[in-house]
Amino acid sequence: MPADSPNPPAPLVACHECDLLQHDVPIAPGETVCCVRCGAELARNPPDSLDRTLAYTLTAAILYVLANAFPLIGLELQGRYAEVTLFAAVRNLWHIGMQPVSALVFVTAQLFPLLEMLMILLVLVPLRLGRRSPRLIPFFRLVLSVRPWGMMEVFLLGMLVSLVKLAHSGSVILGTAFWATATLILILTLAGRAFDRRVLWRMSHPEGA
Amino acid sequence: MKPALTARQAGLLSCHVCGQLAQAPLEAGQSMRCPRCAAPLHQRKPASINTTWALLVAAALLYLPANLLPIMVTSSPVNHQVDTIMSGVIFLWRDGQWPLALVVFFASVVVPLLKILALVYLTASVQMRSRHRVMQRARLYRVVEFVGRWSMLDIYVITLLVALVQFRGLATVDAGPAAVAFGAVIVLTMFAALTFDPRLIWDPLTDSESADHD
Repeated sequence: MPADSPNPPAPLVACHECDLLQHDVPIAPGETVCCVRCGAELARNPPDSLDRTLAYTLTAAILYVLANAFPLIGLELQGRYAEVTLFAAVRNLWHIGMQPVSALVFVTAQLFPLLEMLMILLVLVPLRLGRRSPRLIPFFRLVLSVRPWGMMEVFLLGMLVSLVKLAHSGSVILGTAFWATATLILILTLAGRAFDRRVLWRMSHPEGA
Repeated sequence: MKPALTARQAGLLSCHVCGQLAQAPLEAGQSMRCPRCAAPLHQRKPASINTTWALLVAAALLYLPANLLPIMVTSSPVNHQVDTIMSGVIFLWRDGQWPLALVVFFASVVVPLLKILALVYLTASVQMRSRHRVMQRARLYRVVEFVGRWSMLDIYVITLLVALVQFRGLATVDAGPAAVAFGAVIVLTMFAALTFDPRLIWDPLTDSESADHD
């Protein structure tokens, strides 16, 4: 009896961290597959991924508008009051000669999180309506390259640190946008967990190959 | 035990973006795009080691002005305070706000420094084709990738304080030149983590088996 039969023609995947080839096994809903050698996460199958990702991302988009339209923090100091929106803070940095820092904050806390949400909606909404649009796939590459640069959760921590520092000098008022941002980060985390990027790559193979 | 086979040994390229496997072109140096998502395909990230070194050197140089120059200037009728990152941390600590002092200390001082050191270690070990502690180095890379973004903390704090505290005659906060250097350190180290190819950590393990052939 032959000890090792030739490999069945099962699809293979290579680990993106260590390049080991392994079988692309089917994943049960809610399960995660990790590389057998280095333990990197290879793929997940979040239950009900498309619907949940869409629901969370739409919610996030609404919260994003609130987070940017209203003041984040207000400060009252001896009868004088000031409040600030995120974009006003970015613009202020630009005008005082800190253009590189201003651009960095704008890109990481405003532009890239927005682009990511918009691009996810642009790709997933047609998919949900039953339209495959393989031409959007190169476009989706952008979403993935932008992802590491969205840092809203760090921005939230930055707000908290600012609050404590400000509590010293006057009375601090938490604005609508503060709560919107805090909720937005929670929702974005849920959206990230619900999202299964394999859905997109499958689009290009209508036969399910 | 069956020896592990990597995509490279099998003559396959795996797409950095979508994971699609593709047959490597016969001629070396030929460029190729992913048949599924059209991303450029490479066996390994191109010029990974050299690019990572360049970014790390730049980040290490800028780490000095980022920590030595003032990052924030606070003025009120009674005092005028010029803070570096570290003196800001010390001020918070003396003020009794030590949890906050610890958060800022880790995010602004420890994380960028450890990130640079960790990437130097990883890049050097990969360049020397080390086969030691492969799993630990793979884990270290994951930590570096995850933790780097939190250094942006101080940049956001400055952005908010400078915009908000502009009460002429009562209190004003201004940003110092270290903010630009510090922002550059974060961006450079993030790019360094992105250009480093973790597969290079594992390559020496499988190369030994096929070294005689190619």
